[in-house]
Amino acid sequence: MARRETWAAYGFLSPWIIGFAVFMAGPMVASLVLSFTDYDVLTDTRFVGADNYRAMLADSRVRTSLANTLIYTALHVPLTMVVSLALAMLLIRAGRRSAGFYRTVFYLPTVTPKVAVGVLFLLLFNGQDGLINRVLALAGVDGPDWTVDPAWIKPGLVLIGAWSLGSTVIIYLAALQNVPRDLHEAAAMDGASAWARFRAVTVPSISGALFFTLIINTIGGLQTFDEVYTAFYGSANQQTYGSDAALFYVVYLFQQAFRFLHVGYASALAWLLFLIIVAITLVQVRLSRRFVYYESE
Amino acid sequence: MVSRIVRPMIAAGLVGVLAVGCGGVGGGGGGDAVTLSMMGFGTGDEIAKTRFDEANRSIAPSAAAAGEGSFDAQQFLAAVASGAPPDLVYMERRLLGTYAAKKALVPLGDCVAREGIDLGQFRPAAIAEATLNGELYGLPEFYNNRMLLINDAVLREAGLDPAAFATTDWDALAEAAERLSVTDAGALRRIGFDPKIPEFLPMWARANGAELVSVDGRTARLDDPKVAEALEFTVRLIRAQGGWAAFKSFRDTFDFFGARNQFAQGQLGAFVMEDFYLNVLAEHSPQATVTVAPFRGRDGAPVDWITGNAWAIPAGSPHAEQACRWIKTMTDSPTWIAAARERARVRAEAGKPYAGTFTGNVRADEVIFRDVVQPSPAVRTVLETQPSGFALPAMAAGEEFKAAWQEAVNRVLDGRQSPAEALAEAQRQAQAALDEANRGS
Repeated sequence: MARRETWAAYGFLSPWIIGFAVFMAGPMVASLVLSFTDYDVLTDTRFVGADNYRAMLADSRVRTSLANTLIYTALHVPLTMVVSLALAMLLIRAGRRSAGFYRTVFYLPTVTPKVAVGVLFLLLFNGQDGLINRVLALAGVDGPDWTVDPAWIKPGLVLIGAWSLGSTVIIYLAALQNVPRDLHEAAAMDGASAWARFRAVTVPSISGALFFTLIINTIGGLQTFDEVYTAFYGSANQQTYGSDAALFYVVYLFQQAFRFLHVGYASALAWLLFLIIVAITLVQVRLSRRFVYYESE
Repeated sequence: MVSRIVRPMIAAGLVGVLAVGCGGVGGGGGGDAVTLSMMGFGTGDEIAKTRFDEANRSIAPSAAAAGEGSFDAQQFLAAVASGAPPDLVYMERRLLGTYAAKKALVPLGDCVAREGIDLGQFRPAAIAEATLNGELYGLPEFYNNRMLLINDAVLREAGLDPAAFATTDWDALAEAAERLSVTDAGALRRIGFDPKIPEFLPMWARANGAELVSVDGRTARLDDPKVAEALEFTVRLIRAQGGWAAFKSFRDTFDFFGARNQFAQGQLGAFVMEDFYLNVLAEHSPQATVTVAPFRGRDGAPVDWITGNAWAIPAGSPHAEQACRWIKTMTDSPTWIAAARERARVRAEAGKPYAGTFTGNVRADEVIFRDVVQPSPAVRTVLETQPSGFALPAMAAGEEFKAAWQEAVNRVLDGRQSPAEALAEAQRQAQAALDEANRGS
């Protein structure tokens, strides 16, 4: 009986297992092998040992793209988490009917295709005529050339990245709804201020959700591609004017693979990013032991 | 992360296989009717549709199935890698060298001999752009010229004569650009003259007596001091008109393809541009008066950088013989003329102007601009300039070469490097890419 149940379980799991093997594990192994080759899809594959990895060390554009991506992620993740938490805190105070409306409003941008977000960035953040600078002008601020000035391209992309924080808001909202009300009441009776209750009750109670979104948003930030590619490299014209400030790691990887046909080198780039993501995630997991509170513990 | 690379490859592979499958590669050789598959071409307008139908008639009972959209490297690579290349591929001529060097395209020598294709009907610059190491890899289609477009109203308002505006004297050009440029409360309101860099650097280099690459496409010459001088001058033009960030931001606000375009709105004095833009202006702002003049070098000679697309046959094309006849017909002069007549008819019915179509086929152009359309003065200027057209040679690492010099220009525009530093770095990158791509050939 147990044996039959085990096979039945495997049967139910098989679509995922097959999908994982064919579309994830298989290509990952293939790309690992390709990363040690000179492979351009069209001509014979040539084993080159660690040459691709050595070339990465000497490639200034790897450093540029990696620095851009890390800076973007370091700005994007905290901003997304703080704004999302603030919005979720506001939502939880809203009435039941209006909460549904606002939840939808906050989540809508998340379903906007990233390609559209890239185009939107160019329109909203144009230094001469964009809505952002027009609003800033109302406050007497002379806005920068967000889409051209290398110093402002990444901050602009971080701001447009906050456009799609709906998923994080929803996760925080669910977590906030599970914060024990009696703890807040007890703290309030003891004279704790709103800030003290937020710091000592709310944050520890939702630390699991905070940790989860930290990891997910960090990985997402490091893999940023669609909106940046659309805005700065999507067409021949944009490619011509592509600023180094917008050269993100996955954009560079894509260029190497499909513009310059260096698929072996691009595979090595992919593995470097994979290792960076694993390392950052391990650090985050290690740190989480000190900051994340699980009710079962 | 790895999945971001491999998954698109697999997906593209599937798409490619499906595309080829849907193309209905059946029948086999001999006299059987087959359906040719293609990539990179769609029958979007009557110029494309008329020629497509003519080409299909030439291989009846076989036929080609039109694709959609433009050439997609991922799709093409996946199809070739999966052993199911399309019968035909339509791509920019500048890309041919890269794929030809990797033997993904077949040389057309046999095709030309078998079908008796008269290469003399094509413009030499277009043929040169499709030729790598002495072998022709594509039959040329359009012939995109780059001319000087001058906004008469803006120049007259500034007290300048549009007919006298020229790029020969760089000091005078810089002075005119500043005079035409308008800034209001710190914001740029009009660009006096747009040199269109990075993309038109090859023209500016040639105007200064330099070439970016050797004639055989193997030796980069980006570090030629004359290239740096040309770049320095064009960057100086932009800095004198508000600086790169303001200049580009303002230019991005143009309604480039609409009725409120920069000519109609008086937002631009003059710029260098492809000839197709004459049709845009004729269609959307016929009231705007535009003078068209050749872009001239400092020696006064016209400098007309031309580009365009070409038809090629991928290695492993299942129906290479029919494909050869099909591309012969597609680029032949009678086919172009038939297409131009159809375009003229459709435009006349719609009450819209038709300025003509500039093809890579000299004989077609002769008839089109004699019998089908009456050339305007602007079109006549383009026709007179065309014989001096030049193309960058086909290169085994064309995309990397292009990226190297364009990124160099962007670094200078961003203020991070001097022209000489940026071009020296680009020279190293470009030559390394060319050497690697030409290894063994």
